[in-house]
Amino acid sequence: MWKLLQIELFKIFKRPRTYISFAAIAAMILIIQLGLEFDGKSYLQLFMSGISDSFFVPYDLILNGYLVAFVILNTLLIHVPLLVALVAGDAVAGEANMGTLRLLITKPVSRTEFMIAKYLASVVYTVMLLIWMALLALFLSMLFFGTNDMLIARNDVMEQISRNDVLWRYIAAFGYAAVALSTVSALAFLLSVFADNAIGPIVSTISIVIVLTILSEMKIPLYDNTVKPYLFTSHMLAWKGFFYSKSNGEGQAISGSIENLPAILRSLGILLTYIVLLVTTAIAVFRKKDVLS
Amino acid sequence: MKSKLHRNNTMLPVVTINHLSKNFGAIKAVDDLSFSVNSGDIYGFLGQNGAGKSTTIRMMLTLIEPSGGDIEIFGLKLKSHRKEILRQVGAVIERPDLYKYLTAYENISLFSKMSGINIPKKKIMEQLEQVGIAERAHSKVATYSLGMKQRLGIAIALVNDPQLVILDEPTNGLDPQGIADIRNLILELSRHQKRTILVSSHLLSEIELIANRMLIIDNGKKIIEGNVSDLFDPSNMIVELRTMNTSHTLNVIHASSWKNNLEKQQQDVFFFKMDKKEIPVFTNQLVQNGVEVLSVQPRHSLEDYFLSLTSANQHVETFTN
Amino acid sequence: MYFKKFISLLCFLLLLSLHSLAQDAASLVQKVKAKLNLVNDYEATGIMKTDVTFLKVPEAQVSVYYKAPDKLRIKNDKGISLVPKGAVSISLNNLLKGNFTIIDAGTEMTGNKKTHVIKLLPTDENSEMVLSTLYIDESKALVLKAKINTRENGTYEVEMNYGKYENYALPDKVVFTFNPKDYKLPKGITFDYDDGSKKKTDAGNTNTKGKVEISYSSYVLNKGISDAVFK
Repeated sequence: MWKLLQIELFKIFKRPRTYISFAAIAAMILIIQLGLEFDGKSYLQLFMSGISDSFFVPYDLILNGYLVAFVILNTLLIHVPLLVALVAGDAVAGEANMGTLRLLITKPVSRTEFMIAKYLASVVYTVMLLIWMALLALFLSMLFFGTNDMLIARNDVMEQISRNDVLWRYIAAFGYAAVALSTVSALAFLLSVFADNAIGPIVSTISIVIVLTILSEMKIPLYDNTVKPYLFTSHMLAWKGFFYSKSNGEGQAISGSIENLPAILRSLGILLTYIVLLVTTAIAVFRKKDVLS
Repeated sequence: MKSKLHRNNTMLPVVTINHLSKNFGAIKAVDDLSFSVNSGDIYGFLGQNGAGKSTTIRMMLTLIEPSGGDIEIFGLKLKSHRKEILRQVGAVIERPDLYKYLTAYENISLFSKMSGINIPKKKIMEQLEQVGIAERAHSKVATYSLGMKQRLGIAIALVNDPQLVILDEPTNGLDPQGIADIRNLILELSRHQKRTILVSSHLLSEIELIANRMLIIDNGKKIIEGNVSDLFDPSNMIVELRTMNTSHTLNVIHASSWKNNLEKQQQDVFFFKMDKKEIPVFTNQLVQNGVEVLSVQPRHSLEDYFLSLTSANQHVETFTN
Repeated sequence: MYFKKFISLLCFLLLLSLHSLAQDAASLVQKVKAKLNLVNDYEATGIMKTDVTFLKVPEAQVSVYYKAPDKLRIKNDKGISLVPKGAVSISLNNLLKGNFTIIDAGTEMTGNKKTHVIKLLPTDENSEMVLSTLYIDESKALVLKAKINTRENGTYEVEMNYGKYENYALPDKVVFTFNPKDYKLPKGITFDYDDGSKKKTDAGNTNTKGKVEISYSSYVLNKGISDAVFK
């Protein structure tokens, strides 16, 4: 299995196309960083407007690396599924399209092993993308913008996290994001089994993610109470939960606490269930599939 | 398992296909097909495009699940011994599609690793040497011509030292030189390396030149199977005669014993059945009797028959074997 | 007849007493002021707790800098602190600066102490403060509580507990209560997500309340502070 995974990774990372995603992420991150470097205060004024009437707001301190990283993740993690679909949607369909699938299947490797290796490879790719994002969005921002306490504007409350209470939350959030993106991977992977051309699964995955995201974001009670809790897109953003602290009886944030850990874990469970279902289906379908490409 | 998979056991069936069939919806792509390939054979698998050759080969390589029948390779059921069997099989299926963004060396090493074997660099280079692309081993496959890709495909099929080599239309799209090179390579694999080879084609001439046994299928059904030397029997040839003066020719023929050899006439073309040796005598007599001969074309009856299958063409369609 | 005389007398006495009461109040304010003037500058460290409906911030280690007459700065040593705007402008020194009419409002219990209640009405009509009410511990000349009605920013309340530094009128603990403006975010820039839990339905409650408490651990007095600290 390890050998198969190595082979799949070798194929992915030998491919020029793979690096487009890395370049795209780097470009988006640098653009956001530049924007915040030169016009961060106006941006902050916008989201601090709720409290700047009653409080002195030290904008220069608030605009630190931790906040910049959060802004980047908040903007970027919505779009990274597209990049993830690019590789996972290509996993089987791309080989079919290239014609290499038929040769692969004549090798003494069971289709199940083959598929698991392929899926794991796309997960590794996803994790690499996230590590790349962490390096640029978090560590580069920390270097450029320094570190300080982190302020997050929510709908009804402004969260403040002490600077020495931030980093572990990012690690947890990146871990969660890896699972969330792997769910998109699994969807693209399943669709990839049905197609002989990578465009189909990639476009379908993106369309499904968009449609479900709209369903998740719309505040229509009919959907809210029925399908919404079960859509994976409703749980993709739960990484943010790691940045919300509990408050004590006197209204202060408790360092090192998470406001609603059970909700995050439930979301995580739902995503993992999705992954298992999607990948198992993909394997089952592929095992029965006649390779005609 | 090794003991079961020994080679050089001539005449032992390497492949046994029993009542194999495959349906795609209502279409019977392969219909109750049975044949066997013996150890050491170059087995020609012939049929027009769409006859069911590729479907059969894909079933032999587990790309397609049969609808019925079974496949035994090396005396083992393919369904239950897939991995052991495939370890000893090398294949090129239709177009030689490979990873274009990888080099030839990377491609060959990648596919051999898939077989669970770590081939030393030296062996890989030797294999590339054998198919004549060693000097381009480290160029990307994207820069390869079709012929080079076909050779690389064959190198990949061979690198694990398989007992059975399956080549599906290996000369498709190649220029005459390329076709000749592949042909020589197949002969060498058989003669010097004692591998069993199954090669499919839609060209009879190609199979005739290399195969010792052959199978013709059409519409998924077996038409004929046998030794190439038997099927291309020189005592049973078709001769196609064209002359300037058709009615005089007919008179001459009817006045001679050749009338017994006449199979049929189609306007100004006459078809005779005779031994190869009789052809010079036949021509001589015609000329001596004042027939103005335009052409005398001898063909194997099998060839005519195959032509009738592969093209809805002309005169031969009324010919019966 | 007697009755009229009696009334006149009564009125006289009343006026006299009112006058003396007013005198009392003014001198008390002067005493408080004098005590405050003992401190030219200070640098204090303490813990600041913020309890505001829409803020969830951790306890903060703060330094507080003061320089007479009216410079005050609250600074978070390690991180960021959002300091309510009123908390700085409404220092006692600021309250007692300028001209105002003093009204004696008798005595009242503040906590378990009897305090003298004095209301200050600024004579400047444009002053941001409309009315300040001070609850003063007469014996020690310490302001225990102050209520300030402002023109624009609602009512502030400051409560002070004294200990070690009461001789300098410096509290060990200050609780500052205020009415923050409503928290609103422009649409589309929130960083929130829906975790599926039921949100408190009183989110639209306008009764937002703010309380900031600073517990001082130490003061360094009259050692001189550079103006750069307050920039």
